[in-house]
Amino acid sequence: MSSNESMMEPGATPGGRRIGASRWVMAATAWETVLGVILVAIFILNSAISPYFLDLGNMLDATTFFLETAIIALPMMLVIICADIDISVASIISLSSVFMGMAAQEGHVPLFWLPIIGILVGVAAGFLNGILITGLNIPSIAVTIGTLSLYRGISYVILGDKAYTKYPASFEYFGQGYVGPTHIPFELVLFLVLAVIFGLLLHRTPFGRKVYTVGNNSTAARFSGVRVQRVRLTAFTLNGLMSGVAAVLLTSRIMSTRPNIAEGWELQVITIVVMGGVSIMGGKGNIFGVILSIFSIGFLRYGMSLVNIPGTVMNIVIGFLLIIAIMLPGALASLRRRLIVRAAHAGSAGPGTEDIEQAG
Amino acid sequence: MKSVLALLRRREASLVVFGIVLVALIAIRAPRFLDPKNLQYVLDDTSILIMVSLGQLLVILIGGIDLSVASGIGLSGMITALINKADPGIPMVGIVAIALGIGVILGSFNGFLVSIAKIPPIITTLGTLSIYRGVVFLFSGGAWVSADEMSKAYRDFPHFSILGFTTLMIAALVIFIIIATFLRYTRTGRELYGVGGNLTAAQYVGINLRKANFLPFLVSGIIVGLAGLLWISRYASAQNDSATGFELQTVAACVIGGVSIAGGKGTALGVLLGAILLGIIKNALTLIDVSPFWQMALQGFVILVAIVTNTLVDRRNERRALERRSLA
Repeated sequence: MSSNESMMEPGATPGGRRIGASRWVMAATAWETVLGVILVAIFILNSAISPYFLDLGNMLDATTFFLETAIIALPMMLVIICADIDISVASIISLSSVFMGMAAQEGHVPLFWLPIIGILVGVAAGFLNGILITGLNIPSIAVTIGTLSLYRGISYVILGDKAYTKYPASFEYFGQGYVGPTHIPFELVLFLVLAVIFGLLLHRTPFGRKVYTVGNNSTAARFSGVRVQRVRLTAFTLNGLMSGVAAVLLTSRIMSTRPNIAEGWELQVITIVVMGGVSIMGGKGNIFGVILSIFSIGFLRYGMSLVNIPGTVMNIVIGFLLIIAIMLPGALASLRRRLIVRAAHAGSAGPGTEDIEQAG
Repeated sequence: MKSVLALLRRREASLVVFGIVLVALIAIRAPRFLDPKNLQYVLDDTSILIMVSLGQLLVILIGGIDLSVASGIGLSGMITALINKADPGIPMVGIVAIALGIGVILGSFNGFLVSIAKIPPIITTLGTLSIYRGVVFLFSGGAWVSADEMSKAYRDFPHFSILGFTTLMIAALVIFIIIATFLRYTRTGRELYGVGGNLTAAQYVGINLRKANFLPFLVSGIIVGLAGLLWISRYASAQNDSATGFELQTVAACVIGGVSIAGGKGTALGVLLGAILLGIIKNALTLIDVSPFWQMALQGFVILVAIVTNTLVDRRNERRALERRSLA
């Protein structure tokens, strides 16, 4: 069970067989448990079909192929919990990568400027999204459909059908390097650090609590003194920031930039977040679900690639997983209700139905 | 006089004015644009966008979105092309029926997931976007169907013309008339506005929500089925990534046409004009010697301008309405 749910759980009366049973039922039917089981199943399946899967070195290297989308999934989690959406993230990667490429072609730009440029472009793009959305109070999907076209369009205007490939050799560290003498990719370490930061931000800070409030009921949030638009603006700017970081990692990993870089990634990122148990209606979700979802989808793709299943066919599996993932919580909630009622009948009194409703 | 002003204040009128100004500017730079041949080409080129956007309109009206349309086009197009390749003898009527049938299946699947399984439309169609595109690959095995593998009847189908109206234009026009009439004059059509405008109220007045949530996806699917056949036969090449990204253009046409993405607001005429405006921009760029690489950025810019003006105009109208009430 996640820290978030246990924090929100009302009236946990100590002792009592009834509470113990319902707690067990809730843990067993929690979405994170289901994801954990899925992840284990994927590991067993993968190692059964391919002898190369369980190699630790391979597995560590494989993470770099999905951690760039994963890094954007972290702030996207905040955006979606705010009941917003951002489909421009892949276009931000493109724009940010093009600006890094432009700087790199000059030749005499110091290495440390490249990631800074990439990240600043990301922040600017995310901030513009946020300003348009919150300043005029326009639905986020409408604005980001526009900026999806605009940002990638600017990349096409600048680069056309050409490519930037003249990156300094040392630039490859961010996407291809290992930390010290170990075989742990820099991307993996960076992701873990960021995951901890976003986890703390969401679950241990006032800002995180405000994110949930905004997503649950923005009117109530406003009347409770939460500056709703500022919370949303922050979420969109963080999304731009992390898209910039992802652009640095991706560009460094493939050492080239074309305008169509990362095309379609926005849907992958949203899929990860939603499969992680974050409600698209906002107000619900936690970091543990999202992290489990990142590794489930990542290793599922990796396993399928080991047995040469083409990417578009993988998408069928991911698509069905997404739909099933959304249907399951409803089914689980009713299963949970039934199990708890049964446990209650075994005990003396019936459980408070509100407790169960809240946990669902 | 008053009614003329009211007419001018309408969304569609401002679109027409904007379109005329745009066309005039283009015509000054490139008089060729007004050539009847070119205008016919623009309409031909925009027909598929018009029809698929009209399906998208129904879905957006109920507060949903259909992101699977481009994948559906790819799938319907690929299957009809493969059938045509396998047996060139099947008459076009049969192929059209198959395309529509595929559309019914794709649309019903989306509709089922949204109305019965109660999955939010954006998640449903995000999933089926991946699934339908993947199924294209399962059918094709990764290969293309090229022009010389298609029968002449198949390739000529979209270009068949009566009095200068091609199959493409006729299909778009017929779909426009059907949807405009449906939304304006039928009870179910009006109910879609109710569901998107105020779901709770719609529920209380007894609107059948299952039907209102299913029907738009079904209709969008049927249009997509036909559009797939037209798309692939027009470009005479069925590829695995045909029409990728087209879903966003259909949403863009709706947004430019004044459809509220939150649901409950928008007209078929607005969408028609929005799609034509996008088509004009696309065509004009090549005529006035601007690199086609500008198209995407311009499209994004136009979408943003459209939604910002939409919002500001709506706000002003709401304020005026409130002022009028307080005066009365």
